Amino acid sequence: MSCEPWQCAEVAATKKAHVITKPEVAAAMIKKAARPILVVGSNATRRTLKDKLLIEYLIDFARASKAPVVATAHIVGEFLKRGYEPAEFMSAMDIGNRLVDPEWQGINDKGHPDLALFVGMPYYMESLILSGLKHFAPDLRTMTIDNMYHPHASWSFPNLSINDWAQNLEVIVGKLGGE
Amino acid sequence: MKIDELKTDVGLFKNLELSIGKVVDDSWTEPMGPSPMPGLTTLRDWDMKLLNKYKPFYMPDCDLCCLCTYGKCDLTAGKRGACGIDIGAQSSRIVLLACSIGAATHTGHARHVVDYLIEKYGRRYPLDVGGLNVKVEAPVTRLVTGIRPETLGDLDEILEYCEEQITHLLSAAHTGQESNNLDFESKAFHAGRIDQVGMEVADIAQISTLGFPKADPEATLVQMGIGTVDTSKPVIMCIGHNVVPSVGIIDYMRDSKLEDKMEIVGLCCTAFDNTRYYDRAKIVGPISWQLRFIRGGYADVVVLDEQCVRTDISDEAQRVKAPVIAASEKNCVGFKNRTSDPADEIVADLVSGKVAGVLILDPEKVGEVAVKVAQKIAPIRKKHKILPEIEEIKALAKTCRQCDLCQRSCPQDLEIPSAMKAAAEGNLAPLIDLYEVCIGCGRCEEACPVGLQVHSFIVKAGEKFMTEEKNLCRAGRGAIQDIEIRNVGSPIVLGEIPGILAVVGCSNYPRGGKDVYDICREFANRRFIVVTSGCSAMSAGSYKNTEGKTLYEEFPGGFEGGGVLNVGSCVANSHIAGAAIKVASIFAKRNLRGNYEEIADYIHNRVGAVGLAWGAYSQKAASIASGFWSLGVPVLVGPHGSKYRRMLLGRADKRENWDVLDARTGDKVNVGPAPEHLFQTVETKEEAMVSIAKLCIRPNDTWKGRSIKLSHYVDLHKRLYGTMPKDLHLFVRTMADVPITMKDELTKILEAKGWKETVVPDPTLLPRMVRKAKE
Repeated sequence: MSCEPWQCAEVAATKKAHVITKPEVAAAMIKKAARPILVVGSNATRRTLKDKLLIEYLIDFARASKAPVVATAHIVGEFLKRGYEPAEFMSAMDIGNRLVDPEWQGINDKGHPDLALFVGMPYYMESLILSGLKHFAPDLRTMTIDNMYHPHASWSFPNLSINDWAQNLEVIVGKLGGE
Repeated sequence: MKIDELKTDVGLFKNLELSIGKVVDDSWTEPMGPSPMPGLTTLRDWDMKLLNKYKPFYMPDCDLCCLCTYGKCDLTAGKRGACGIDIGAQSSRIVLLACSIGAATHTGHARHVVDYLIEKYGRRYPLDVGGLNVKVEAPVTRLVTGIRPETLGDLDEILEYCEEQITHLLSAAHTGQESNNLDFESKAFHAGRIDQVGMEVADIAQISTLGFPKADPEATLVQMGIGTVDTSKPVIMCIGHNVVPSVGIIDYMRDSKLEDKMEIVGLCCTAFDNTRYYDRAKIVGPISWQLRFIRGGYADVVVLDEQCVRTDISDEAQRVKAPVIAASEKNCVGFKNRTSDPADEIVADLVSGKVAGVLILDPEKVGEVAVKVAQKIAPIRKKHKILPEIEEIKALAKTCRQCDLCQRSCPQDLEIPSAMKAAAEGNLAPLIDLYEVCIGCGRCEEACPVGLQVHSFIVKAGEKFMTEEKNLCRAGRGAIQDIEIRNVGSPIVLGEIPGILAVVGCSNYPRGGKDVYDICREFANRRFIVVTSGCSAMSAGSYKNTEGKTLYEEFPGGFEGGGVLNVGSCVANSHIAGAAIKVASIFAKRNLRGNYEEIADYIHNRVGAVGLAWGAYSQKAASIASGFWSLGVPVLVGPHGSKYRRMLLGRADKRENWDVLDARTGDKVNVGPAPEHLFQTVETKEEAMVSIAKLCIRPNDTWKGRSIKLSHYVDLHKRLYGTMPKDLHLFVRTMADVPITMKDELTKILEAKGWKETVVPDPTLLPRMVRKAKE
């Protein structure tokens, strides 16, 4: 395991993400959050873990965590095809922009999220959004459940193999009460 | 003026010469507007109107500032640096710097072109960008400066203004100058305005003098793609943006009657301008193909001018034994200046290999040297290339350590390690797949700890595709004719032509150039006006339909619904802004002269135009975008565009942000989020398409126009997102806006949302435009 940024040049962060060394830790933090959201990017249908697409893991994850899903880009339809309705869909920039607004009351008007989970965007784009949140949403905690270390998040897994990543997601889903 | 002899009370003057620097144009009766030659703050109020509607969303690429010796300063999450700056202001400062660099680059380009052309043709050489078809010859310049240029000499004065403004803009970025993020943003908008003028000056100067197509919808279809190059002939390859050295080459070749015996090819915007000058010149492809063409050994001589030239190109050229001629004082490459040396001496030194390259700042001499060297060296170097053989790739791939550093250095995150593993096992298919999506940066090779030439492997694997690239691209047509504007002005403003899509900029695409083709074709089929320029115009023309036709063969080249028109190189982007401005001037008969705010307000509220820079990478792309933001025209960028680190986003969920004034009554009217954003990154091609359709919606649309626009938005959304849009109620003003075929479905949605009917205003953001003030 390495906690260097996945993209080698992404080193210009003075405040770096805490490394999640065990999936159980991530599950505990998600459980503890009062208003988590899961932001899912377009790579959810481009990346395959073991024999399943990432989006299929994420649907299990969303059901287990009960975190409302914000689907970015065009992938809302990919969720719908698989029988899961995201709570919201909007562009990655729009959700980032709402998260830095302390007055925004969340996608269900139940209060500003206290934990934003990110997964499945192009690495550099996700990195920039996480940076925006680090700087301009100081009260928000962010976590990535990708297999790439994101220094701008509050918490991130280190760079992981696909198999380790899949295993971690399965453990988290299990700990959150999923199958 | 010259006076041989003048007797006055003061004395006798002989051989007196008088030079008048500025001529006031008394023949232009259009009244001067309020903002000719705007300074840094002249249009600040307008900028702030836009910036309050579309607030910056900052995504700092770096937590630090290292611009002065106080630093490095950590600006993380609210910390201020030693000078007092915070991360918001610092981020906007970087935006200003990028836009100023871009504006300076286009203006510097224009300065070089204009000075050269004045020296060659004289200051009084008349400007002509389209004969009788184009009476508004310089809409951007008229709008910003209040000047109607008529001769090359007039352009000199306009450039002096631009140069002064860019100096001020750059100075504002010095430590301890501007401190507020929105003021930095306003200045970035100003850089965009200046940039548009600089680009327009450059292009109208070269169109007027060099015989480029003059607003010609049927400009020649020119050959494009590596496969079109006859490699049995000596090949001169020109890279960059400034056509002047290429003119020297083409002229010398023509004078020597060598047209049938040589190939002149170009990469990036120089390629376009070469074909505008000489329709037998060929376009190799976009900027990202520099390495593949050079390493493939095709170029016998490499001529560099300015902008977007790889800075390691002389090393790369040396590897294939191709001499380099640097022809711009902005890019001297460390070569000795041989401008004053006899041409034949320089030729001898380059052909013998005594020197790898030379700097020549005289375009005519560049022409003579390049042509002579190409002829002499071609039989010697025999298209020497450095691409490995397939068996070599398979063997070398076995040395790959699978360390992942190539993938982790790749801007595209391409799965190079697995492709190398497959290659080591004899399967080149994954490497071939990378050919289309590789942007040719070469960072993989820099990262490889065992020195594998990864990019060369990819190029060799894709060589078959490369050599089969044979396409046709429309030579840049230049401006839009006044009559074309008259024909489409009404349907654009009323919304019946659903939009103008400008696909511009560089080739830092997330997944290859095919996305650009797909997007252009989708919207041309929907009868949008699709305008292209620069590297995007090349990518748009690099794929064919089922009948084997490129976009430029399939669709007409006029500024009309369903047209696909290439305006030309980067500096020709000014014609796209110019077309929007001319809609206000020619169709709506608004005064242009020094009347920026009113015209921008008109465009923002009425002209459904959207820019898409799918592969934007450069500072020039930033300043081009900024020129459009300032006019109120939304710009989308592909995912790599997020690295511009600041978006300008509207909030559709905040109803109070979307009020305009009804110019008829002075009433505030809520028009919904139209357009929703001014600058936004989109993640996928599908998202881009849906966003384009939505961003063409304008408050002024007629019922019919809005209905047409909504039908495109809904149709694309359902097809690409697999569901109905959730924000339709924000765009329906009356039931007449609802597309008739969707009435039942939409009525239910509107009822569920508690939708209420509203009015269609005569929209403006400017209180002074209200004709009858509310009592």
